[in-house]
Amino acid sequence: MEKRTVAAVLAFTIVVVFFLFSMVLIHPFGEPRQVQMDDYIITNTQNETGTNNGVTSVVFDYRGFDTLGEATILFSAVAGVLMIFRRVKQ
Amino acid sequence: MIEFVPYIAVVAMMFIGLYAVMFRRNLIKIVIGISIIESGVNLFLITLGYREGGVAPIYTSLPPGIIAPEEMVLPVPQALTLTSIVIGVAVLALMLSLVMHINRKYGTLDVQKIRRLKE
Amino acid sequence: MSEMTKIVKTTANILFPFSLLFGLYVIAHGHLTPGGGFQGGAIVASGCVLLLVAYGSGWVFNRIKKNHLVTFESIGAIGFITVALLGLIFSTVFFGNFLAGSDTLFGTTPATGSTQADFNTGGILPLMNFAVGIKVIAGLFVIVLVMAYASSRKEENQ
Repeated sequence: MEKRTVAAVLAFTIVVVFFLFSMVLIHPFGEPRQVQMDDYIITNTQNETGTNNGVTSVVFDYRGFDTLGEATILFSAVAGVLMIFRRVKQ
Repeated sequence: MIEFVPYIAVVAMMFIGLYAVMFRRNLIKIVIGISIIESGVNLFLITLGYREGGVAPIYTSLPPGIIAPEEMVLPVPQALTLTSIVIGVAVLALMLSLVMHINRKYGTLDVQKIRRLKE
Repeated sequence: MSEMTKIVKTTANILFPFSLLFGLYVIAHGHLTPGGGFQGGAIVASGCVLLLVAYGSGWVFNRIKKNHLVTFESIGAIGFITVALLGLIFSTVFFGNFLAGSDTLFGTTPATGSTQADFNTGGILPLMNFAVGIKVIAGLFVIVLVMAYASSRKEENQ
């Protein structure tokens, strides 16, 4: 076999071992460790924000800056696609 | 052992995606592999926020008998997964546009034949 | 892409208003039920792409002006930023919720615990839901339209 195939298989095996080793050490499914921030958000959503939906209040009110960044990414993706398919008229 | 099943699913999706990116020669198969890796990461983000026996964190017409914050799932990982899905769509659109442009210029989709900058 | 037969065109004509209505319902009730701007925008965009597939991309590209769709998306982005800056002016925090708890447009506060759905609640959230929904509809439809038209032109050039 070539040297490149041997190196690729070795790197793949190292990543596999790393993933399986870290899967054993993670917290069991259903008991999260740190819940203080989420308990505060769930109990105070209806007073401070005025909505019934906990997820929408996190997306648009408590963490609205991330939504601003996501809107920027959508806008730049549309601009990039329109720029690739632009035809210069001779 | 039964409590590790979602994590096993996430690890299997990362393996399949990584194998498709590293060992395949068609450009479309590499793009599909990247999309599978992104789906695995979104699944991992959601399974981090599950609480045993919980309902959705929405107060409109709750099922009766739910004590407020101790039996609802965490809402913050769901919000971050929403952002990650939209970023995945944007990256996929740009990747497919570049693959169409490469196919028009080189005439082929084989990665080992597109190695020199063509005039 | 060429156009399809008459059965496909009639089915797409019947199904498009239902997906438009359902998508606008999901966008408008984002602060009461699961959903919101991004999810409802994806539903309406998939209904529009159904029309694009049924009628052929050449015909649709010659009828719809691309600059109008780009302006539509920019209106959504500018609306989002304007609502955030109004929060800075009226309540001294960027993205501040200045309509929750007041007596104007979306101001009533819901009772604590499990309630019925009241549309008048929510603060600035329904306005931001509409802005993001318009942005996602226009953005996804423009991407699919340009890629379909470019691939059909490439086929007839070869």
